[in-house]
Amino acid sequence: MIANILINGLITGGVFAILALGFALVFGVAKILNLAHTAFYMIAAFFICTTSVMLGLPLLLSAVIAVLFTGLLGMACYKLLLDRVKKHETAVMIISLAVGMLFQEILLITFSGAYRRVPPFIPGFTELLGVRVSYQHLLAIGVSGLVLLGIWALLGKTRLGKAVRAVAEDYEIANVMGINVSWICTLTNGLSAGLAGVAGAVVAPLYMVQPYMWMHPLIMVLAAVVLGGLGSAKGSVIAALILGFAETLVIFLVPGGSFLRGAISLCVMVAVLMFRPEGLFGVAFEEERL
Amino acid sequence: MRYLKWFIRWINNRILAIPGRVIALLFVAALFLFPLITTESYFLRILTLTGIFAIYAASWDLLAGFTGQVNLGQAAFFGVSVYTASLLNIHLNLPIWATIPLGALAAVLIGLLTCLPAVRLRGFYLALVTLSFPIILNGVVLIFTDYTGGELGLSGIGRLSESRVTDYYLVQIVMLVVVFLMYKFTDAGSKMVRTALIFHAIREDEITARASGIDTTRYKMVAFAMSGFFAGIAGGLYAHYMRIAGPSTLELIFSFQAILWTIFGGIGTIYGAVVGVYILYPLIEVMRLNPLGEKIQVVVFSLILIFTLLFMPQGLSTWVRDKIEVICPRCKTINIWSRKKCRSCRAALHLEKRDWQSEKGASNDIDL
Repeated sequence: MIANILINGLITGGVFAILALGFALVFGVAKILNLAHTAFYMIAAFFICTTSVMLGLPLLLSAVIAVLFTGLLGMACYKLLLDRVKKHETAVMIISLAVGMLFQEILLITFSGAYRRVPPFIPGFTELLGVRVSYQHLLAIGVSGLVLLGIWALLGKTRLGKAVRAVAEDYEIANVMGINVSWICTLTNGLSAGLAGVAGAVVAPLYMVQPYMWMHPLIMVLAAVVLGGLGSAKGSVIAALILGFAETLVIFLVPGGSFLRGAISLCVMVAVLMFRPEGLFGVAFEEERL
Repeated sequence: MRYLKWFIRWINNRILAIPGRVIALLFVAALFLFPLITTESYFLRILTLTGIFAIYAASWDLLAGFTGQVNLGQAAFFGVSVYTASLLNIHLNLPIWATIPLGALAAVLIGLLTCLPAVRLRGFYLALVTLSFPIILNGVVLIFTDYTGGELGLSGIGRLSESRVTDYYLVQIVMLVVVFLMYKFTDAGSKMVRTALIFHAIREDEITARASGIDTTRYKMVAFAMSGFFAGIAGGLYAHYMRIAGPSTLELIFSFQAILWTIFGGIGTIYGAVVGVYILYPLIEVMRLNPLGEKIQVVVFSLILIFTLLFMPQGLSTWVRDKIEVICPRCKTINIWSRKKCRSCRAALHLEKRDWQSEKGASNDIDL
């Protein structure tokens, strides 16, 4: 039981963490709240489903293509739609939501609402702490960990990461310093959509692939990002892990818990925000004019 | 005779001279005359629901467009009222004139509860926290299945009135009254209600408002309570009209619909919300008549929304209003676009392109 909770919590938390990280990155750098973020996760899952099951491509290859594809799609979405209305925050939220719904409906029309399955990347299972754990679960945990580390290294150790952080810190000064701000914003959007694609690829064999699969992660990502403090990458990752574990605990311990998983995680978020309005790792509100 | 003369002049100057009000008048007339054209229950049903949703969308506009508190969980107010009204009606057999106001009061309560975290938060945080309330309430509905009926919901709620046509008129009249009230409450130029001006002040600059001696927390709570009350009225009407109360009224997508309608019609105008609902909801419903339309309805809905925001971000009604009305640069009287000179002070209207005219949607620059 405990091992089950631990492993499932790590997977859910890890997937949420990848999604929340991408979301927080885009918010920090381009200052947009992209509600279509988890739609890219869904698209990646569907992409893998189509190319591997229907066209017969090898799984790993189709996963790589799917991640690249979602990355490009994310860039296109930003350049064509979100970038134009960046000034109006509400407009950005609404447009991105509409884009998410558009993707959902297109998938619903093309693939119908049937639940689909993707074969695991590595079949088989092993014994761990006395529980049967499939290799796919371990792969999901491993990939989430690696991706999180990779992003941390990218942001902290490379020139590109420095530029990204500079743009997030101060848009105008970064521009003056010769950083191509618009390109960095586009690239971050691509990166974040690509991250969502990785998350989609990782969970595609674990969860059912269907056109409504983006709604629940969207809520959880929003909760995680707010809980961790908007714009704080570290905070959102930690909050995502907390919420992932909370959700898994609820599912395992409360009867009928899978109905309540969203509600209870959100209660956690609201309770934290009552006492710390800036989130766990956010910077306290400055009394400044927005 | 004198009164008649005064009345005709009033109509002439206050309504017929202003194109926007003529359109509003025609719209009201059309609403009342519609059952004379057809009493087919399908069309009446669509328009009755449209009226209910118009109240709901306008209540979102009151909170988000005027006070600047972007609430992504408006469905919480609506849903709580739906459930309260239905439970009171089923268990206590209360009539509709009691259940709907009581449902609205329950929604006010939820509005004030939302305030607890919400008054301390701003911008994105507020938007995202309010998003969680309908989902939490949805969880509550699923826990207390014995009372709420869980996934299936409640049924056997009393009718709104005896016939479809009476329902229609009842809803439209309530809609017009409630929307008019909301319009008046948010009219910053009003000499009677000071609240409106304060709401605008909070939206524009909260810190300055506080520095000017306004208790912003109190007024934000007033805004939440008012929005909850009006959304609650819509919820009560919905419960008695549909005669079923289910968790679908608490869904995420239902909160977003209020936003989509309002943005399409024009945020920050109240009447924009009504315009948005009366165009989009019947359009989508009629599309559902044919099988292809039913398949692509959400696609069309999303595309309309995306293109509205890209090409006329201030919304349809504001866009049209700016085209057909010209505000006199000297005395601020509203004139029809075809006039060369202001109807009250004879100042030239179209002589030069002034900054306040060329700045598209400047009056509507609403930020989170």
